[in-house]
Amino acid sequence: MPLKISNVLKQRNMVLLRELVITDFKLRYQGSFLGYLWSLLKPLMLFAIMYVVFVHFLRFGNGIPHYPVTLLLGIVMWTFFSEATNQGMQALIVRGDLLRKINFPKYILVISGTISALINFVLNLIVVLIFMIFDKVNFGWSALLFPLTILILYAFSLAIAFFLAAVNVKFRDIGHIWEVFLQGLFYATPIIYPLQMVIEKNVAAGHVLMLSPIATLFQNARAQLVGTQSVVTPDQVFSNPLWLLMPYIIIVLVIILSTWYFRKSQSKFAEMV
Amino acid sequence: MNKEVAISVKDLYKSFRLPHEQHSGLKQFIVNIFRRNRVKGYEDQRVLKGLSFDVKKGDFFGVVGRNGSGKSTLLKLLAGIYTPDRGSISVNGTLVPFIELGVGFNPELTGRENVYLNGALLGFSHKQMDAMYDQIVEFAELERFMDQKLKNYSSGMQVRLAFSIAIRAESDILVLDEVLAVGDDAFQRKCYAYFAELKRKKKTVILVTHGMDAVQQFCNKALLIDAGKIVEYGNPSKVAGKYLELNNNVLDSTKTSDSHLMEANDWGVVADVQHEIKNDKVIFNIEIKARQQLDEAVVAFLLNRDTGETVYRWTTDSKSTLGKAVTIKKDKPLRICLELENIFPDGEFDVQLVIKKIDRSINYALFNRILTFRMINPDIQKRSSHWKPKETFTYEQY
Repeated sequence: MPLKISNVLKQRNMVLLRELVITDFKLRYQGSFLGYLWSLLKPLMLFAIMYVVFVHFLRFGNGIPHYPVTLLLGIVMWTFFSEATNQGMQALIVRGDLLRKINFPKYILVISGTISALINFVLNLIVVLIFMIFDKVNFGWSALLFPLTILILYAFSLAIAFFLAAVNVKFRDIGHIWEVFLQGLFYATPIIYPLQMVIEKNVAAGHVLMLSPIATLFQNARAQLVGTQSVVTPDQVFSNPLWLLMPYIIIVLVIILSTWYFRKSQSKFAEMV
Repeated sequence: MNKEVAISVKDLYKSFRLPHEQHSGLKQFIVNIFRRNRVKGYEDQRVLKGLSFDVKKGDFFGVVGRNGSGKSTLLKLLAGIYTPDRGSISVNGTLVPFIELGVGFNPELTGRENVYLNGALLGFSHKQMDAMYDQIVEFAELERFMDQKLKNYSSGMQVRLAFSIAIRAESDILVLDEVLAVGDDAFQRKCYAYFAELKRKKKTVILVTHGMDAVQQFCNKALLIDAGKIVEYGNPSKVAGKYLELNNNVLDSTKTSDSHLMEANDWGVVADVQHEIKNDKVIFNIEIKARQQLDEAVVAFLLNRDTGETVYRWTTDSKSTLGKAVTIKKDKPLRICLELENIFPDGEFDVQLVIKKIDRSINYALFNRILTFRMINPDIQKRSSHWKPKETFTYEQY
């Protein structure tokens, strides 16, 4: 079945997607005492560690208003990106029994893997918003653009997940490669350190960092919620609009390439998984 | 396509790449870069070799074959799980995508949750499943267990539940794979009742099974595959007969003996064993040729089960037989005909032939698995490891 929005929205596929997501959620925290709470607690604990290390001891973001909440938002977004790509990548392998025995649109598995990450993300965002309210952040009109940024981030993550999932079927090493890549990307993205810090030291390095779609989306999302007085946005870094477009061009290319590759290889999934 | 035809298969080929263990990862990839003769890392296994057949609307179509003959691959191709290498499959109508029962069943979920998940895989919405739920549970006779986790179910219970959901599927063509394998008598009767109902309703059904009574009772058409090719197609009784024949290997033993011929060592010993299974006896014809004279030889004929144990032994030097060693002359074939009372139980057997010098100083020849065959004797329950069938033999040298 071709990868088309109209097919995804077909009732039959929606039902299947729903059941898969529900099953996933039920299974993930089965037998754990705090259950679903863990999906909230984990990023908060991570935040606590980062806060103590980077804000308290290393004094990153000194003098930047609302720095802790932008740090928290960054961690939550990163958790989403890493969860969505990892779960999407494993989705075909984990559900190999289904692939081998039923004919159904394969992309549903990848989507279901990313959707449970998305649900976690939304729950986490609620916590972040509560923190922001406590921190007396003034939400401006730009906050209305925030859902759009999240949508782009989701589309980008899903596209990467499609590619990784298709590769993972025949080349299991990709899981390890991606793990290392993510670790590198984490430090190459202004999450635990403010972008200002890099630019103060080396403007060129700041430019390179902001070519990454993830860095661009993260900075935009934070600026949209917290305000530009705390977060440096890409348009403050680049004067040339062409550079500003680069991350989006990368996103579009990744989406086109991943979709093409997934469609090309999906007929062999059942045999190879 | 003719409107009467539900599925039309033409010249279907399918092979798989079987990766060798440890050869598909990054390591092999890198190793291969530096090697001149690249290790392929896989071998092609040709599973289906040119199948063509039609299933008409309303057919109860049986597919039989031994393990590994390509049945399941055929079903997966029909269901669209695999794509054919060559040839075409046209399906007229909707086909239940299920190949096995209980696909997607998760042991960590309760019976109830599994019903909804399995239903979704069949294409039913939550609402539709709500409406059917009570009937499903009732049919499976599992009312008391629905809120228990599936891992606490017995295998029979799991199959009952899966079957009860699967029969709700509404589609033009049903594909059922080995449903009768598990389940007690009462459940098997239920399955048969369901088949009878499908037949009455003139549903198109493809049934894969090892149960020849089911084939003869329900199917109006059947297909026997062996080694990826069609052996028999059409009349279910004929197909069932041929299938049993195949299992007894009688087919093979009436063919030329080339396939069993064993060339041996420096002594130039060639041996051949043919067999024939009858109701009351099993007959083995053994022929041994040598290119050099084998002095004072003892010929031993051993029957082994697939478990490895030797269940019967016949030697030329034992008291009940010749009681002495024989000399096998150059280019004079030795023929032994051995008739054993058929008291062997169900199972796979193989024949081993050993020729030694009587003082055990020289091993003239050792033929392992010179012949393998299967016995179907369901009435014999004897479990002892060594049998003493009544035996008669003839021995001649030309």
